[in-house]
Parts: sequence; C-alpha cells; structure tokens
Amino acid sequence: MPVPSLTALQQRLLDRFQHRLPLSPTPYADMAKRLDVDEAQLIDALDDLQNKHIISRIGPVFKPHRIGTSTLAALSVPSQDLAATAAFISTLPEVNHNYAREHLFNLWFVLTATDEAHLRAVIATIETTTGLPVMSLPMLREFHIDLGFQLNHMR
Amino acid sequence: MYQPDAIDWQIIEYIQEGLPLVHRPYAPLATQLGLSETHLTSRIANLHHTGIIKRFGIVIHHRRLGYQANGMVVWDVPDEQLIDTAQHFTQFVHVTLCYQRSRHLPQWPYNLFTMIHGLNRQHVIAHVAALNEACGSFPHEILFSQQCFKQCGAHYVNPIKTEVKPCDRQ
Repeated sequence: MPVPSLTALQQRLLDRFQHRLPLSPTPYADMAKRLDVDEAQLIDALDDLQNKHIISRIGPVFKPHRIGTSTLAALSVPSQDLAATAAFISTLPEVNHNYAREHLFNLWFVLTATDEAHLRAVIATIETTTGLPVMSLPMLREFHIDLGFQLNHMR
Repeated sequence: MYQPDAIDWQIIEYIQEGLPLVHRPYAPLATQLGLSETHLTSRIANLHHTGIIKRFGIVIHHRRLGYQANGMVVWDVPDEQLIDTAQHFTQFVHVTLCYQRSRHLPQWPYNLFTMIHGLNRQHVIAHVAALNEACGSFPHEILFSQQCFKQCGAHYVNPIKTEVKPCDRQ
C-alpha cells in the first residue's frame, strides 16, 4: 500500500488541529483564518483526507471509562470462521476497533457500553452467537501518552 | 463529577459521528434541539473541560499515513515493577498507547499492553527489541494486526434516549 502524499495544507492541518478544533459555530472558517487560506480550500483539503481514508472523522475522542465502560475482548476463532465472525462482531454498535491479529487469540475488539450490565449483556450475546468464550481484559490504568501522532518525529 | 445530561447526550451522539464539512456544522443539531449553535459549542467546551472528551479535532487513521505495521505488544511485568516500567515505556516515541489490563490466567499472563507503530514489520520488531532492552527484559509477545475490520471512535448509545445508529458510515 503506497503512502498517500499530503499537500502542504493537509500537513499543516494535521499538525495543528488533532487536539483542539476551534469551538465556534464556524470552525472551518476559523481554521482557515489561522492558516491564512480560504474556507473552501480548507474544506476541500479535509474532504480529500476523508475520501482517501487518511482521517476517520473530525470530532471527539472520549476519555475511556469517564462516561460508560469498556473492555478489550478477544476470541480464538477457527480460521475458516474468522471472516464471518469478524463481520458479525463489526455489526455491533458497541464495537469500535475490530482487528484480526496473528495469535491463537486471533480476533481483538474494543467494546464500549454505558454501564457494566450493558457490557455483560453484549458479551453474552457474542458468546451465544459465536459459541466461543470471550476473553475480556478490562483496562485497569492508562499511562499518559501525548496522543495525536507526531508526524515530524516519526517520519 | 460532572455527568452528561439529556442535551449533552444528544450532542455526544451527534459529534461522535464526525462533524459535517460545511460552513455551520452544528446548525442541523441546533435546529433540532431549538438551541443556539453557541450554546452547543459551549456545551462541547464543558464536556472537554470536565474530562469527558479527551480531545476534539481531526482523528487520523494511522495505517494510511505510512505506519503500516501495527503491533500490539503485550508484556508480563511483575506487579511491583509495573508502574515504573510503564512510565519508562511512555518515554519512547514509537509507543502510542500504554495500558495496564487484567491478566486472564492461565491462558493470558500479560498485564501491560503497548501499541507500537512502525513503517514496516521489521521496524516494529526492532523497536520492541530496543524497548525490551532499555526497560528491563520481560516476557512479551507481538501481535501484529492482519486485517482491520472496523475502526471508529468509541460509540456511545445514549442511555437517556436509546436510539442505535450504525457506527461506521464508510
């Protein structure tokens, strides 16, 4: 997969606005003003990033467990069933990340729910539907890392 | 601790899908709720200020920006060394997440989870070896991702007004 190239404007957008979007009724106009470009140009640049799936959205990242609860869950799925099981897991609105990984536990996903009872119910549904035990690994502690990839350092 | 009220939940449901790329992205919700857009943005500021939102901005898909190898590296660290080791890990630029999670014995002895991104598999392996050497050697495994089936933000279902929306609009 080739690395998509970014325009200078797109690079500046990613450098400046991964953490804090201007909180006004017209955020794109405000961003455009700060970067000294037209709002239409800026919206085009963001639209292009979305179409290329470089960015997933412009919006919030929630602090885990501040509202609701979540867990990292894993299944050990027979390889011939992996695609179908993964497809089922992805349909659940409580699932955000869902990855196949190289391990005996080969399907990993994050479940987010508004409370523990809801989380247990989702796990029970998955176990009933797949016939497989869910290994649930709730987070006990998060160690802070300055999120938002540091593009300049990692290149 | 501040808990979201019914209006906050409507806002959370709206913004978690991603803001539309239009001049006034909050206008549809403002109309629906009969509130001003400024009121909505001040509520988002409050959600940020009270720690419910960790950051509010452009959320990138790292796999598309060249970090094609994504290794979840799991470590079995003695409990009494866990905090020091984790804090050491977080100093390394290639470590992008670091969590303590429950062990699940006997099949899962690992209690510290890190996400390591690299340009390719060999880079990730090299980063992990360097990390292991620098931070004290602990039993660990690298679980490379093979396929991403779904990646979106945590998706909350409004407990006050239960209405389920599909998470992934792609």
